[in-house]
Amino acid sequence: MIARAQHHPHELSFWRKYIFSTDHKIIGLQYGITALCFLLLGFCLMLLMRWQLGYPGEPIPGVGKFLGENNAPGGVMLPEFYNELGAMHGTIMVFLGVVPLLVGAFGNYLVPLQIGAPDMAFPKLNMASYWVFLLGGVTMLVSFFLPGGAASSGWTSYPPLSDIATVGQTFWLIGMVFIITSSLLGSVNFIATILQLRAPGLTFLRLPFFVWTQLVTAFLLLLAFPPLEAAGLMQLMDRVAGTSFFLPSGLVISGEPLKVSGGGSVLLWQHLFWFLAHPEVYVLIAPAMGIVSEIIANNIRKPLWGYKSMVYSVIFLGFMSFIVWAHHMYLTGMGTKISAFFQTTTMIISIPSVIILTCLFISLWGGSIRFNTAMLFALAFLPMFGIGGLTGLPLGLSASDIHLHDTYYVIGHFHYVVAPGTIFAIFAGIYYWFPKITGRKMNEMLGHIHFWPSLFFMNCVFMPMFALGLAGVSRRLYDGGQQYAHAQAVLPLNKMITVCAFFLALFQLPFMINLVWSMIKGARVKSDNPWEATTLEWATPTPPPHGNFAQAPKVYRGPYEYSVPGALKDFSPQNEA
Amino acid sequence: MDTIPYTVQAREDTGLYNAKLGIWLFLASEVMLFGALFSAYVLLRTGAGAGWPAGASVLHVHLGAFNSVVLLVSSMTMIFAWASLKERNFPRFKSCLGLTILLALLFLGVKSHEYSTKFEHHLYPNTSTFMAIYFLLTGVHALHIIGGVVVNGYLWGPGSKMWQTDPDRFTNRIEVAGLYWHFVDLVWIFLFPVLYLL
Repeated sequence: MIARAQHHPHELSFWRKYIFSTDHKIIGLQYGITALCFLLLGFCLMLLMRWQLGYPGEPIPGVGKFLGENNAPGGVMLPEFYNELGAMHGTIMVFLGVVPLLVGAFGNYLVPLQIGAPDMAFPKLNMASYWVFLLGGVTMLVSFFLPGGAASSGWTSYPPLSDIATVGQTFWLIGMVFIITSSLLGSVNFIATILQLRAPGLTFLRLPFFVWTQLVTAFLLLLAFPPLEAAGLMQLMDRVAGTSFFLPSGLVISGEPLKVSGGGSVLLWQHLFWFLAHPEVYVLIAPAMGIVSEIIANNIRKPLWGYKSMVYSVIFLGFMSFIVWAHHMYLTGMGTKISAFFQTTTMIISIPSVIILTCLFISLWGGSIRFNTAMLFALAFLPMFGIGGLTGLPLGLSASDIHLHDTYYVIGHFHYVVAPGTIFAIFAGIYYWFPKITGRKMNEMLGHIHFWPSLFFMNCVFMPMFALGLAGVSRRLYDGGQQYAHAQAVLPLNKMITVCAFFLALFQLPFMINLVWSMIKGARVKSDNPWEATTLEWATPTPPPHGNFAQAPKVYRGPYEYSVPGALKDFSPQNEA
Repeated sequence: MDTIPYTVQAREDTGLYNAKLGIWLFLASEVMLFGALFSAYVLLRTGAGAGWPAGASVLHVHLGAFNSVVLLVSSMTMIFAWASLKERNFPRFKSCLGLTILLALLFLGVKSHEYSTKFEHHLYPNTSTFMAIYFLLTGVHALHIIGGVVVNGYLWGPGSKMWQTDPDRFTNRIEVAGLYWHFVDLVWIFLFPVLYLL
């Protein structure tokens, strides 16, 4: 039975309803659509880079002539343009693609539904958060058309290079200030919503794991982003007002001593940057774990094994993520004592992730597993994130990091975490919650065509990078290491990765087709709870109307009560007494 | 199910209404912002060694001290404004909040006088790392003061119409604005000794 979406007593105009909406579901969809576009753009930037790495010095087929004489004369990419692509790929993927999807889209849409709330605690702030985010994104995009192009100092923007870079870097900093403001508004809203608007009976240990991950993530965004904002202001001062926060005395550029007061510290930037950017890694992974847990619990038809230890682990993960940042800086000469401290905390922080992953693996044992597309992506997340996490350990130890630092090994490591890890979780989430949002299911056949090649080619792209890195190929080389004798043996891998990256792109088409086609023609769901799930979002009409619930829900049980002995059905929804 | 709960009344298990929790979270993030700036100060100063000037030799301690008193008094009048609403005394609220805004403007006036004397002596952000961090810290703080003036100005003027329709919610708004104002005051209490006296 589908309860028809009730019409709001006073109908809102189109602009208030879909564009400047304060409804968390519309804002979630706005975030989702915008961030998917940014994700695609970031992916395309990467394909250009991959061409240059696989076929250095050869004109880019097709699009090469449209890139402009300043970027790619005759279709051959210039080193400066390669640097821009590198910096913007990272920035767009992290700050405009993945985090807005996980938090802005999934968080916004699902958290109020899963806690039985009519909306977020501060709907107007929520709307502001999206528009400020969009402003930040547009600022980043515009910077490509500036003289000298976009920011080109890496997504890390290390000084002194970034202090003296072209004006694109200033736009990067301004864009970041917008993005940080947006994330601040969002995180205050999420925490207030989760703490204040839980339905009666929904105690903390009855919260779905996804809500827990969003709560921890919101705290990370709330507390870790401001130091980057401070650092960004300092770099802005360096660039605009001529200060020397990050410029040491006696700096010489192109044979000329730089005319600044000096006395600054480049390490200061690195500390402030990584104080954000390490918690940011957990912002990228925690909500993904949450999505995967929801889908696994639903498709094994039994409770998650060790729900409480998963909750405590994710809280501990959040705390620890604030004291591991300098493991990105072993090679800066900050000293062995500091390195020893940070490698200890880094080893400790791997424990909660392993606990969560282990709980999810053990949960599979003895379940009657439904292998739908959402579940396939969720299942693939486990070993892929596992590879990403475990390959991080040698980077977390200061001795082995000396060899691996800034090589392709690092690229392989964190892409395993974010690409077949987090992005697979995002796909899983889209396939899983699509019926709630649209009232239609996505096509399973196209889903399989999307999943299996994606899994295969993801591994073909990122696995060889470990070999490149172990051979010592540095991560920021414009020609992929052609000039280096030690790289010659592994260089053919560059071609292979590039070819596989293009195949990976090809097999995202079934997903895009599926997304659009299923919205219009997909099979209609026959109930509000097509997956027979237990959490509150499935107790709403489909799609949920303004105000979400027909009646205010009451919660009587934990989040994953599947196959309860003696119950009539194999799932016992949280809101059923 | 259409209205958001706990916009005025406190939720029993958290003891807070939504906006009060919101402002505390916002202030936590502000602590991290100023914490990072103070950390930068510490790191730059320890890196500079003997080359770092004593604050009093560059900055005008008397003006800084005067401004500290101005802000402390403004925090007091802010509290009185909230207390007046609790006592249902709207005219006194108007004068207390008005006084808070005037004191904030006085602070900004003194601050801009300090800035302009620095510029007259050719002391700019790019003169030295000390001047850079001085201008950055006080500048970010001044932006917070301006933000407070805007919010308080709204609540004093057009925003105060809410007193007629929803007095409890309006009183909460003044409490929340007050929490922010006390925080901005507190930041100055750290800024003054660190920059002017140490």
